[in-house]
Amino acid sequence: MRVFLACLLLWSSNAALGVVETYEFSDPNYELRYHQLVDELRCPKCQNQTISDSDAPIAKDLRRRLYEELEAGASDQEVVEGMVLRYGEFVRYKPAKTGVTLWLWLAPWFFLALGLIAWGVMARRKTATERPLSTRAHEISALLEESK
Amino acid sequence: MPRLWLFLPLLGFAALAVLLFRGLSLDPTDIPSALVDQPMPAFESTLLGSGQRVTQEEFTGKPRLLNVWGTWCPTCIAEHPYLMDLAASGVIISGLNYKDEDELALSWLARLGDPYDMVIKDPEGDIGLNLGVYGAPETYVIDASGIIRYRHVGEVNSRVWNGALGQTYRALAAP
Repeated sequence: MRVFLACLLLWSSNAALGVVETYEFSDPNYELRYHQLVDELRCPKCQNQTISDSDAPIAKDLRRRLYEELEAGASDQEVVEGMVLRYGEFVRYKPAKTGVTLWLWLAPWFFLALGLIAWGVMARRKTATERPLSTRAHEISALLEESK
Repeated sequence: MPRLWLFLPLLGFAALAVLLFRGLSLDPTDIPSALVDQPMPAFESTLLGSGQRVTQEEFTGKPRLLNVWGTWCPTCIAEHPYLMDLAASGVIISGLNYKDEDELALSWLARLGDPYDMVIKDPEGDIGLNLGVYGAPETYVIDASGIIRYRHVGEVNSRVWNGALGQTYRALAAP
């Protein structure tokens, strides 16, 4: 039990690791957008982490660049598009809703629709083959009559 | 005929299996460069050693390789002899000394040889960031008008040079 607790404590302390540097923002609004954007940009080196999760030097550089661009007055869209120009669509954790990545957004709805259609067809087919109980009762009694 | 519909899930499974099996042989670190067919991003820096001012305009005239390296990067040591061979055979290679210190870089070149026609300093990694570098070594093929034609991430060796990287360069260098 003690070992388990120790493991649990070790594991939970992981959450405190991660980003170490702090930036002084001239406007609290920049800070808010900074924290939003670091969670939307993907680290190119450590591929399943955002740049806020990652300790890689490249993630640190990207955070610094993000800070500088926000302080220089760039809009969220300008910042993200600049990153896409350098690193490709890959850096977005929220893919654009155009081009090839449109499929990513549409696929779940497509499969949901497919499932609903299949369900509808099957349900209809079932009701079509099912005859009311009263007819069946008649048939059964007719059979009983015959066997007499 | 409706019985054939029963095979639909099997077909779906087969398609998924093929897709996932293919995924096993893909390299997830092979991110296509967003800068292929784009001009070399604008920069202003100095050359290692001479301290001469340098901009992206230096990348016009002849097709060349741009090799991103640093003394802190183990794979850069591994590929260095091959770069020396390429330079000896007449390939023009420029270096981008990425997030490194001048003294370390100069002593490395003095010790291992210098395959570069020039080495651009990028101590803060800003030029690298604009190029979309995410890990050294990276090697770019840049054509005579300063347009990036290919990007290779990782070690340059004979296999790579016989592959797309070398082919792109050779196609540009052949008149």
